[in-house]
Amino acid sequence: MKLRDLSDLAFRNLREAVLRNSLTTLGVAVGVASLVAMLSLGVGLQQLATSRLAKSGLFDSIFVTPKSNLRGPGGGPPATRPPDAKARLLDADARAEISHMPNVIEVYPQIRFFTEVRYDGKPFATMVAGMPESSKASGAFDGMQGSFFSSPNADEAILQAEFAKELNPQTSSLIGKDLIMRYAERQSLSSQAQAGDPAGNSGGFSVVPKEKHFRIIGIVETEPASGFGGFGSGRLLIPLPIAETLRAAQVNDLRDILRDSSSDKPTYSSLTVRVKSPSLVGATEAKLKDLGFGAFSLLDVSKTLQSFFTVLDILLAIFSSVALAVATLGIVNTLVMAVLERRREIGVLKALGAADRDVKQLFFVEAGVMGLIGGILGTLLGWLIGRGLALGTNVYLHSKNLSSVDISSVPVWLVLGGIAFAILVSLVAGLYPASRAARLDPVQALRYE
Amino acid sequence: MPDSQPAIQLDQVSRHYAMGESVIRAVDNVSVFVGSGEFLALLGSSGSGKSTLLNLIAGLDRPSSGAVIAHGQDLSKMSSLELARYRRQTVGMVFQSFNLLPRMTLEENVELPLRLAEVDRSERSLCVRQALERVGLEKRHGHRPSELSGGEQQRTAIARALVNRPKILLADEPTGNLDSATGESILTLLREIQRNPGMTIIMVTHERTLAERFANRLAVMGDGKLLSNGAAR
Repeated sequence: MKLRDLSDLAFRNLREAVLRNSLTTLGVAVGVASLVAMLSLGVGLQQLATSRLAKSGLFDSIFVTPKSNLRGPGGGPPATRPPDAKARLLDADARAEISHMPNVIEVYPQIRFFTEVRYDGKPFATMVAGMPESSKASGAFDGMQGSFFSSPNADEAILQAEFAKELNPQTSSLIGKDLIMRYAERQSLSSQAQAGDPAGNSGGFSVVPKEKHFRIIGIVETEPASGFGGFGSGRLLIPLPIAETLRAAQVNDLRDILRDSSSDKPTYSSLTVRVKSPSLVGATEAKLKDLGFGAFSLLDVSKTLQSFFTVLDILLAIFSSVALAVATLGIVNTLVMAVLERRREIGVLKALGAADRDVKQLFFVEAGVMGLIGGILGTLLGWLIGRGLALGTNVYLHSKNLSSVDISSVPVWLVLGGIAFAILVSLVAGLYPASRAARLDPVQALRYE
Repeated sequence: MPDSQPAIQLDQVSRHYAMGESVIRAVDNVSVFVGSGEFLALLGSSGSGKSTLLNLIAGLDRPSSGAVIAHGQDLSKMSSLELARYRRQTVGMVFQSFNLLPRMTLEENVELPLRLAEVDRSERSLCVRQALERVGLEKRHGHRPSELSGGEQQRTAIARALVNRPKILLADEPTGNLDSATGESILTLLREIQRNPGMTIIMVTHERTLAERFANRLAVMGDGKLLSNGAAR
């Protein structure tokens, strides 16, 4: 029989026992729905985690340090250890060279320092962090009060919400106001030191208190993790270029004193290098090491994360497949019943010239149609369940004053895969009833009342 | 009118069934020759083996021994796929209980053999209309079998058997479920079909008087054996 005639007859037969076939199809739909809903959660959570992490800059960043800094406990004192010929100082030249490497988007130092903020005549001690321009895209500034820095060189500040509350519980009134930041400027003593020390291996600086005015333009929940290697959360965020020009004394400046600093140029204890995509991290990291720098990235962590989500998806799929397995038994039962009920009809078809193959195909198509309809309904239902769970989660998050997230995602492959899987499972379920129908002896079948 | 061209030739055909320890000889060493265009009535009491013999000729069953030759083809040597094609193209069947599919209209019931034969949709409606006209039911094509009388249902079954233009029409007690007047009209129709377009008909019946009036030849069976082969009339 031609496929069109087969499907025509199959639909007719399915309509005949409409309640039973609808319930069977609904069983398939529920099975597929549980599978799709579970996987949509798995996929959604993975996407959420990946995008959050990608935005955080952790996975497209490389943390660069001067190699000479990385002395392990077994390395011995500097004098007894042969100097690494390749080790290089992390200074402005190195920064320029790294920023010209292929695939590198930006190179910036971590600048964080303690400060005293004066607002409304009162002092508040806090930590300042320099924010690179790229952190605007990190997602952490989404939904902030006010706005991001108008330019990388603007004397503007963004406050962390808790800190803002300390300044004034009515945080919205802070925007547009000015504050004074008091900080310690570092003034190099290296020229004097060099003159008095022929070895040239002692550096030092004096610290001079300074003040600078900033205008508050925004308030943000948390500081975005702009790379790693920093310590302590910044509670007063200012543009990174401004932070660099301040030459404020930083905690890790203490290392500079111990370091072989014979250069007048500013050196960095660390630089964060951002590349175009996480896939380029490995190669760039290797190149940086070749140049004589210490380099470290979180690429391995991201791989671990991926395998975790793969295992999660597999587990979710296995659990939800139980429902589909029950649905499969439903199809087998319905079709076996149909074969028994339609024995006489099968006999008539055979007497009229239907081959065993035709009868088998007819039952096969009926199973496939139930699978197709069940698959479509199930995918739709699974999507709705996923949306419902996402909605419920967001209502909960909202009640806790947390920003909303999308924990469910149904990509095209899941839609097509869900339907295809339903059809496949139904066809497998139809194998036994179909071959049983095909094997019926027509003489016996025609005698059946 | 009948001629001596063989349509069906049964050569020492037996069909035995094993029933526990014993063997039932439903058809026992039967040899019959049916000429092309002949109307043969197969008479016998119930359990005489006449329906089993008809099923063997229809290709629905295979003989335990012997040869069933239809238009030169030995059915016992055919594969199940070839037998299905034989049932589709060479024979048409009519049953005592009509065996129309209840959820299909007359038109759809008659169309069924054409679907199985993979005839193009465009040709089908013409074939169906002609077959229904032949049995006088063209106006009731959209009705379902349950909306028809027994005689009309049997006419529909005859239209369905004719629609693929088979060479042989096999009828198993076609009047068994009908009153005598309706039964007569059905047999009249069968005789007309035998003459025009010209068809070999083998009819199983136990109504001797009707068989004598309409068939060319009577063959009588008893206990699986052919008791009388009759003579062409």
